[in-house]
Amino acid sequence: MPYSAEKPGTAPDTQSLRERIPGWGADLDPADRPAVPREQPGIVTGAHWDVPADQPVLHERERSVEHARMTPVFGTAQPLHGISGWIRGYAYAAYSEGQTAHWLLLVLGDRVDAVASHLRSLLTRRPDDPVTESGVSGERGRHPIASRLRPGRLDVRHSWMDPILVVGPWIAAGLLVFQAGRLILRALSGPR
Amino acid sequence: MKAMTYRGPYKLRLAEKPDPVIEHENDAIVRVELAAICGSDLHLYHGMMPDTRVGHTFGHEFIGTVEQIGSSVQNVKPGDRVMVPFNIYCGSCYFCARGLFSNCHNVNPNATAIGGIYGYSHSTGGYDGGQAERVRVPFADVGPSIIPDDISAEDALMLTDAFSTGYFGAQLADIAEGDTAIVFGAGPVGLAAARSCWLMGAGRVIVVDHLEYRLRKAEEFAFAETINFGQASDMVRVLKKATGDLGADVVIDAVGAEADGHVTQHVTAAKFKLQGGSPVALNWAIDSVRKGGTISVMGAYGPLFSAIKFGDAMNKGLTIRTNQAPVKRQWPRLMEHIRAGYISPRELITHRFPLSEIGEAYHVFSSKLDGIVKPVIVPGA
Repeated sequence: MPYSAEKPGTAPDTQSLRERIPGWGADLDPADRPAVPREQPGIVTGAHWDVPADQPVLHERERSVEHARMTPVFGTAQPLHGISGWIRGYAYAAYSEGQTAHWLLLVLGDRVDAVASHLRSLLTRRPDDPVTESGVSGERGRHPIASRLRPGRLDVRHSWMDPILVVGPWIAAGLLVFQAGRLILRALSGPR
Repeated sequence: MKAMTYRGPYKLRLAEKPDPVIEHENDAIVRVELAAICGSDLHLYHGMMPDTRVGHTFGHEFIGTVEQIGSSVQNVKPGDRVMVPFNIYCGSCYFCARGLFSNCHNVNPNATAIGGIYGYSHSTGGYDGGQAERVRVPFADVGPSIIPDDISAEDALMLTDAFSTGYFGAQLADIAEGDTAIVFGAGPVGLAAARSCWLMGAGRVIVVDHLEYRLRKAEEFAFAETINFGQASDMVRVLKKATGDLGADVVIDAVGAEADGHVTQHVTAAKFKLQGGSPVALNWAIDSVRKGGTISVMGAYGPLFSAIKFGDAMNKGLTIRTNQAPVKRQWPRLMEHIRAGYISPRELITHRFPLSEIGEAYHVFSSKLDGIVKPVIVPGA
């Protein structure tokens, strides 16, 4: 108990630790720790420039308003497009990183992107499929039930939600399309 | 080329994508030999990281062979077998000049708060990652290192992120000889952090998780005492009792955004994305470290807010230290430890999947099946 100056418990036997654990104390001296001090000017990085050359900006590229300029190098994967691109572009242009709206709009853009991509995929030869794309076939031969029933495992309290979160929107969308289809057919067939 | 592509939360597929090309004079194109899935990739997979775009290729841990180089590249050449740090950085900005490679200002136009990372959404710069046959590697003169002949491919792969991050976390904890360290999370980073605590001279290392098979791994790989929080009604009381009611000298959070242990916190964060991450591990860290102690945070969290017990942290006079690890700074010393036989990072690897089964790999890893700790992807298999 820390009611006196002594540290509670028995002091560790460092000789025993040294014998039992390979390398015990090898980095005891902070001078041997590569991350100490955390800021270390002068590390040779391999850079042979003061400021890197600029990567050509071939298409309009979003950036945080907290950057005064486009960074010299940037990723070009998955450019903005469609409604999700408009939402994301607005998030970057209108809000700084310190504003919650910036991130919430990006999350909204993610959800819109996913839905739009799924809908677009229905027009291709390889439509999205929430079953095979979930990788659930990987459970075969990998003890799916025994793994989940191990004592102490807590994620089983909420992992039952996962299939609902993944497949549920598809089922809901399917039901909406079905209902919409029924309404349209009724409207087209006219009053009886 | 074939590449993993994200199709929305919990969904991905293997797709044909154009080969990456040189886009900057200091780029290289690397043919991937081995890639790994990180626990933080699961946050992307679960849709937790803002600006994760459909079609994105994940993967920030990989090794491979240089195939092409840009016009200004001089430190690597085609045919070189390289290990690539998960950080993308320029080596010359304000932060890189001070050794903060994970905080580079010149590679991520989408956010100043975050450096550049391969395959980790547009929030980290919009670079496709290495869970593919090929990958674009910016600043090839700065990041990649030629793999020494006496370092195995799998050890090198573990140094590109997981083991280096755990080692960095143990250093940030500022461990003094004889200190008691608690590590939350027995995933690869937590196991590496626990193992590294002994290198720093810790007197006790306690690893906390709810997965029994990972706790057994912590005992075997990291020589740690273990506690299963799934069997404790009040985790903080258990840890206080285990430390003579003082609390640990240092606590390392190697859990991050999907921390379990409180259903509401986990569900609001991981399922409904209403928080940047479940704060359970962080709050337990704040409560179980002793007054005046240090918390080292290696767990990844999203940029949205999380409900942290900051009042307790303030009143206890805690030091909280955190960052994405600048992994290349750790490599020389870690390779010395590998050569001396002190550590064997490749022992973290439990599963190997061909790239064609990457969907299955993510599902098994996400569902914690089959004793999985660290999955590796083999594009050539």
